[in-house]
Amino acid sequence: MTNSAKLIEFYPLAENRPDLVLTSSGKTLDTLTLDAVMAGEVSAADITITPAALVLQAEIARSAQRDRLAENLERAAELATVPQTVLLAAYEILRPGRAKAASDILAMAERLRRDFGAQRIAAMMEEAASAYQRRGLFTHRY
Amino acid sequence: MDPREPPTPNRWRRFDEWDARPLRQDRFAEEAPEQGFCAIGSPFDPKASCSISAGRVTVLDGKGEHDFDLIDEFVARHHLDPAVVDEAMALAPLDVARMLVDIHVPREDLQRLATGMTPARLAEVVAEMSALEITFAFAKMRSRQRPGNQAHVTNAKDDPLQLAADAATAAALGFDEIETTMRVASNSWANALACTVGSAVGRGSVLFQCSIEEAEELRIGMSGLASYAETVSVYGTEQSFIDGDDTPWSKAFLAAAYASRGIKARCTSGGASELLMGFHERKSILYLEARCLCLQRAMGIQGTQNGGVDGASLTASLPSGVRELMAENLLAVWLGLECASGNDVRTSASEIRVGAKIAPFLLAGSEFICSGFGSIKGYDNSFNVSLFNGEDIEDYLVLQRDFRVDGGLTAIGEDEAIDLRTRAVDAITAVLEELDLAHPTAAMRRSVVFASGSDETQGYEPGAVTPMSEAIDARGITAVDVVRALAKRGFVAEAEHVLMMLRQRVSGDYLQTSAIIRDGRVISAINDPNHYAGPGTGYQMSEERWAKIKRLRGTLSRKDVLAGQAIRGTEERRRYTLENLGPAARGTDPHEVVVGISPGFGENLHETTAGHPLSAVIRALMAGISEGGGTARFVRCRHTADTSFIGLTAAKLSGSGIGIGLQAKGTTVLHRADRLPHLNLELFSNAPVTSLAHYHALARNAALHARGSRPDPVVVPSHGQALSARFHVQVALIHAVETALTVAGALPVEVRPVFLREAAA
Repeated sequence: MTNSAKLIEFYPLAENRPDLVLTSSGKTLDTLTLDAVMAGEVSAADITITPAALVLQAEIARSAQRDRLAENLERAAELATVPQTVLLAAYEILRPGRAKAASDILAMAERLRRDFGAQRIAAMMEEAASAYQRRGLFTHRY
Repeated sequence: MDPREPPTPNRWRRFDEWDARPLRQDRFAEEAPEQGFCAIGSPFDPKASCSISAGRVTVLDGKGEHDFDLIDEFVARHHLDPAVVDEAMALAPLDVARMLVDIHVPREDLQRLATGMTPARLAEVVAEMSALEITFAFAKMRSRQRPGNQAHVTNAKDDPLQLAADAATAAALGFDEIETTMRVASNSWANALACTVGSAVGRGSVLFQCSIEEAEELRIGMSGLASYAETVSVYGTEQSFIDGDDTPWSKAFLAAAYASRGIKARCTSGGASELLMGFHERKSILYLEARCLCLQRAMGIQGTQNGGVDGASLTASLPSGVRELMAENLLAVWLGLECASGNDVRTSASEIRVGAKIAPFLLAGSEFICSGFGSIKGYDNSFNVSLFNGEDIEDYLVLQRDFRVDGGLTAIGEDEAIDLRTRAVDAITAVLEELDLAHPTAAMRRSVVFASGSDETQGYEPGAVTPMSEAIDARGITAVDVVRALAKRGFVAEAEHVLMMLRQRVSGDYLQTSAIIRDGRVISAINDPNHYAGPGTGYQMSEERWAKIKRLRGTLSRKDVLAGQAIRGTEERRRYTLENLGPAARGTDPHEVVVGISPGFGENLHETTAGHPLSAVIRALMAGISEGGGTARFVRCRHTADTSFIGLTAAKLSGSGIGIGLQAKGTTVLHRADRLPHLNLELFSNAPVTSLAHYHALARNAALHARGSRPDPVVVPSHGQALSARFHVQVALIHAVETALTVAGALPVEVRPVFLREAAA
């Protein structure tokens, strides 16, 4: 959808444009029925949000003059396909004292950029590394 | 000791009484800005300033960029919009404060200006506002128009059966979000599963979260067993932040991580947390919170839970502390954040302070009036006892009705409560059994359905819950498994509700600001934006909603009162009758006391507001008159229902000039023929506390007056009860019955009480 002023008019999308949102396994919302669950056709993977849906929501947020929320949803779109273990490892390395040097954070940023195309997330982590360096966060905590 | 003797040591006794009041359990702090004990406007707060150089913030609130701490840095880089800074910072704080209460300045304009204001400036602006102005601005500035509320659902045993029953109850009460936490951290998965099932019973549509360590909470959310998170805590000083084991960047990462899993998230901040953590940097509570809130907007989180939260009691201990908590909430909504407006921790042992604390939020409305209303009993709250708790729910419902405001809650009927709780316990039992997690006995289940709190249950104990919780985690059980288990055991509606919440997650609609789900539909700042612009605008309660708020348990109508009187009437007719002797004449007996009764007395009204049958009152009066050496005569007034006029009419018919006026509700006057209507000899105005002995004593006095003595008046002691609140509904309804029976100019009729047992004898 290119005309974002129009997209916001269809909010909530699940109600007005269910065709725009697919599950991560490519199913449409209307296939997520109780019968399908009982038939074993719906797994936990089917109830996850996709990068595409997050980008649509970011567009809506931006149309509503909520640009910071939009940026967060765009970062979220980058993380949507990142596996849980990697996601938690990236969070962990950003916590104070986990990284012993800026390079620890930069390495993770590079990995997310390379493996998942997470440009925004990587930039945010690089900014963190520089701020932590300046504020002396690369120190022993426990 | 004689209480009339002066006490030792010398002290006005009122201070002893004040010492014993619940209020005195609260401690109040002295202002000491150098120790961080300052709500608003510390002399150590920086003066607002902001310099931009080549599109980059180089000075923030008096600090150059090389001295920026982590918070300054994040705020400078991500909160402040260099294109707005010059315009916004040029405005005088007082002028901006006036814009906040000006109905002609749209919310959107003010939200744009906030993106160019530094934390110190935002704090300076709201510091210009009174509590009333803050309340008004809050109503105007919040993002979602419809108000809502959030409940805590926890119990002291982490018992999943009770969690399910209480979650269902909270959903029925109207809470849009339910938050749980555990006594024992390892029980988190079981708590999440139980609340997921419980909140799907009945109404469904409730967002649910399990509050635990960030990484664990994220995992629970990813399993579908939670739909929102609010543990993303931020702090206003760098050292507190680091002690909280995070940085602005790790929290920003987490905000994106939650959204990436389709989980709604809000931050938690709130006054005095830095003070509690020992790193306040001598700044005011409001300034530190302004930093937190700029940081939150900068992170792109959709909302916040603030207004004290864990530090609320400490903030409230300070002068202007409660106003500071309100100011924090205003800052949050001004910055465009969804605001769960505190009112969760019980900030006082005084019920007066509690009621006053909630009032501005009820009046203004809030996206979540409480960021944790204790829907369970105080002792079952595993967070902390809340400002309002299960014990207080009806008080809250009445406040909504008093002020005609929507506080997000709806009364629940007795049958509805039992049905829901039974259904919820059955549903969680089905899920636990289907997933082979536990097999609760019938006795356990039954005890939970009827229990008000965990002291009364025979449910699971924390140690028994841990293996269930570990199994849910280890076996990777998800919400899809819960849907399947529910449907397999016939809980189809509940299965559909859980599935609906999962389907919502796929679209991400509830990731937008201030989202809630009602009747399966997402409502947020996008499709229900607040456009308050004065009277007739903003949230307007529907007639249907108002009808629900009006409906309270145990309201009285004329029909109820008359039905009660009719039952008493049947009993009374077996005791006595009032024989009609025709028009009343003036008596000649100098020792006579005439008792005037009201038009409905013994006709369709049969007991006083104290609950005395009217026959007993008559007996007491007759005995008293006789004991005082008088003779009693009775007349019924038909021209008036007013006690004074009835009493004076009786006095004027009396041979002694002494009369008694008696209304059916029990109000009684002792009158003399030569006095003005409202200048009587004695009056029992508080019928609800008037005993038969009092009637007896007053009647004796009447006879003594008739015989020329001056007896001491009878005083009915009142103990300061709110009698009018208790009785005036009834009184007004009863009195209307009496006034309706009056006939202008009708003459009094003489009546004679005939007691049937005596008559039979």
